[in-house]
Amino acid sequence: MSELIMTREPFRFYTRLSLSELTGLRASTLGQLLKLIRKVPGSCIYHHTHRFLQQHQYLSPEPPNDFAYWVAEVLGEDELGERLASIDTVQYATIRSLRDKIAATIEDYLKDKPLVRLRFAREDEEFHFVKSVSFVLPTNYVANNLREFVDILKKITIDSIYFHIFESRLRLEKGNNDFSNWIENSVGDKELADKISRLDPYTHSLEGLRNTVVNMIEGRIST
Amino acid sequence: MARLEEYIPIVGQSVIDDLRLLGERLKGKVVQHVNSTPVGGGVAEILNRMVPLLKELGVDTRWDVIKGGEQFFEVTKRFHNALHGRPVEITGHDFDIFMETSQENIKEVNTYGDILFIHDPQPIALVKKRSDNKWIWRCHIDVSNPNRQVWKFLMDFISRYDSVVFSAPGFSQRLPIRQFLISPSIDPLSDKNKELPQETINAVLNKYGIPKDKPILTQISRFDRLKDPIGVIEAYQQVKRYIDCQLILAGGGATDDPEGIEVLEEVKEKARQDKDIHILLLPQNDIVVNALQRASDVIIQKSLKEGFGLTVAEALWKAKPVVASNVGGIPLQIKHKYSGLLCHSIEGAAFAIKQLLNSPEYAKKLGENGREHIRDNFLLTRHLRDYMLLFLSLYHPEDIAYL
Repeated sequence: MSELIMTREPFRFYTRLSLSELTGLRASTLGQLLKLIRKVPGSCIYHHTHRFLQQHQYLSPEPPNDFAYWVAEVLGEDELGERLASIDTVQYATIRSLRDKIAATIEDYLKDKPLVRLRFAREDEEFHFVKSVSFVLPTNYVANNLREFVDILKKITIDSIYFHIFESRLRLEKGNNDFSNWIENSVGDKELADKISRLDPYTHSLEGLRNTVVNMIEGRIST
Repeated sequence: MARLEEYIPIVGQSVIDDLRLLGERLKGKVVQHVNSTPVGGGVAEILNRMVPLLKELGVDTRWDVIKGGEQFFEVTKRFHNALHGRPVEITGHDFDIFMETSQENIKEVNTYGDILFIHDPQPIALVKKRSDNKWIWRCHIDVSNPNRQVWKFLMDFISRYDSVVFSAPGFSQRLPIRQFLISPSIDPLSDKNKELPQETINAVLNKYGIPKDKPILTQISRFDRLKDPIGVIEAYQQVKRYIDCQLILAGGGATDDPEGIEVLEEVKEKARQDKDIHILLLPQNDIVVNALQRASDVIIQKSLKEGFGLTVAEALWKAKPVVASNVGGIPLQIKHKYSGLLCHSIEGAAFAIKQLLNSPEYAKKLGENGREHIRDNFLLTRHLRDYMLLFLSLYHPEDIAYL
């Protein structure tokens, strides 16, 4: 009965709340966008690639990241928009590597189509760079075994799920999501941990992600 | 005044739990709001709702008001218009009047708070009193294109604050201090937004002689050129060629505004004898506005300029499909083709309205997405959370703060 096996370490659920900090930096051409993508803080890249997940979490699948949205909807460059939207974020372990990929994608496109540099966004449609400031707080929920874990998972806020799946892996550079880390190292169930790790969380809504992980764990408990 | 627990059925228990967690982190801090009026205007309306809820969360919140004479408020009204980018002449005498009253307030107002939260330009100079406490300036104005003379004058004060708060990314400036984006919000429990029984909606339609036999398009706004009511009528006329529908243009506040009366006359002239155009000059009545929005098939907000445009949030909260201009804070509320349709012209507005009327399933989906977008991002509870995070940011300069 793996569900009741007491774990080596209990799992403390955290939540993460964020505030948007303005930078005053704006781009009206693709060239300016590229230049700023290279120099803005990592918190800006994080904001513009993850904001949609939380602010539009009711949509499934979610709209693309802010860069893809702006390039397609404002500059009318659908092809580049698609390339940016389809960057496989889950393959990148750090914000730095994600930033490099975004910049390289735009750079390659500009090399192929230099005239695109001449396109300007209207004054009220410029791209404004915003930073994501995170506040991480422990919640009162602690799980000592898988059964407790899944029961809490069903009712915790989506901000908590977001923190443990997305922010921990990429922004805190832990390499894997917190749920898989705990299930592998404290519960000792590597197979279940790997199954959760293999999910592409960027193609689920946050509620959809919650249900998928809950089903995986409940399926495991009942076997 | 609604209590926190009344919001649980709307936003969920966990959102309120998070607010309580944040409230605990602010125990012992006194937050002192200062503005220029206890009643009337958007700032007072927000503070009237916010202050009791923050207190309920355990945040010791106070609210003080500065004093000023007629001349002072005439000058600050001109500052307001100039910051909005309107052509206004500001003289050295205006700045003298502003500083004279500011000096009196600096003498009179006790700035006892651990955190001073100063709203808009009127009390901005109080920062000259700053000691070792924290100071935030909340700018509720669209300063995307401000009059440089006034902005430069205010910058002397702004640079002494710890942080500034704007309502839309387009309002941000290059500043030597931190600046945050916090959007305004609507209260889902207020008369303007609460659920209404169908009988109330029907009674309002009956009262204003609006039949339910054809689709209703509605724009709620003051009779103001920046809201483009004439453009709305032209868009309606273009739609009407193909789809039999009716238009409601409803708003208040024109009687004491000479320009408003002029615009209202122009609108009446434009509407002429079309019995399907209902022009309603409303007294302040939130239930009527709520009912008209709920009775509509499509809501329009075809503004030429907009600070934030909370009428869009009100409409989306009622799960209505919205066609709105891509200006001010509107694109924060509507993602084109996801939670509404954005437009740049009369023709674009007419095309979008036709799409929605001819595709009710699509319209319904946009409205439903819109409601969820408002639930997640533009309700009073999100506003409370952002304000508490803002207070905490004063003690945590890092990008990832562990509380």
